[in-house]
Amino acid sequence: MPSWPTTSPEPDPEETAQQVFTALADPTRRAILAELASTGPATATDLAGRLPITRQAVAKHLALLAQAGLVTAEPGERRRVRYRLRSAPMRTAQQFLAALARDWDGPLTALKEHLDTTGKEPS
Amino acid sequence: MGFPDRIERTIELAQPPAEVWAALTTADGLASWFGDEAEIDLRPGGAARMSWKGGPRVEMRVERAEEPQVFAYTWPIYGLSEEDPRRTYVEFTLEPSGAGTRVTVTESGFAQLPEDAHRKAFDGNTDGWRKELAELADYLAGA
Repeated sequence: MPSWPTTSPEPDPEETAQQVFTALADPTRRAILAELASTGPATATDLAGRLPITRQAVAKHLALLAQAGLVTAEPGERRRVRYRLRSAPMRTAQQFLAALARDWDGPLTALKEHLDTTGKEPS
Repeated sequence: MGFPDRIERTIELAQPPAEVWAALTTADGLASWFGDEAEIDLRPGGAARMSWKGGPRVEMRVERAEEPQVFAYTWPIYGLSEEDPRRTYVEFTLEPSGAGTRVTVTESGFAQLPEDAHRKAFDGNTDGWRKELAELADYLAGA
């Protein structure tokens, strides 16, 4: 089995974005991902200790996140499974957001206004 | 088709292509409407950059400079980290329209993902652009 970073074929970006946004729609899963992003790999027990939720709830969310490819499970100390954030799907979703955020209407209006106010450039 | 790969806009300008060309391809022009400061080495492969006061700074690479019809560059994808090698491709096409100019801007590549396919398509020489983009489109359509 290839370990992270995965070498498996790229999944459909549409599907990936769907899974990322579904994952991020839930505040508890956002908190789990934020915790992994800021402090690194952690076990379900670690996360339950730091977040206001039960270990069972954490485990349920981690299973969903793992299925979506947003976290990967890896062996930790004392045979406990640690979860690590996997950023590749986030970057795919980010590209979706980037297309929405790239606002061409503003610059093009500015271009028109610039040309209308400066008139002919003195040569 | 929910995942936008491409943004396209057309704008009608009252000025002739030569004047629009100057606004798009000179440092003074770009700094007047796009960035707050700009530098540009106007030739395929040339470096360009724009910065905004108190804001970001972007490094661009000129891909096409065919006065006064086509100006194109690649630049980083908004929101990705600075080290991310992926770029989108921006192309301005100028067509005479009456006494003025019709400008079409297309930015494409938001959905491109595999880095080697990207590199192959985006680092090709400028003469190969159409072919390379067609290959990328085929690749993405078949992926």
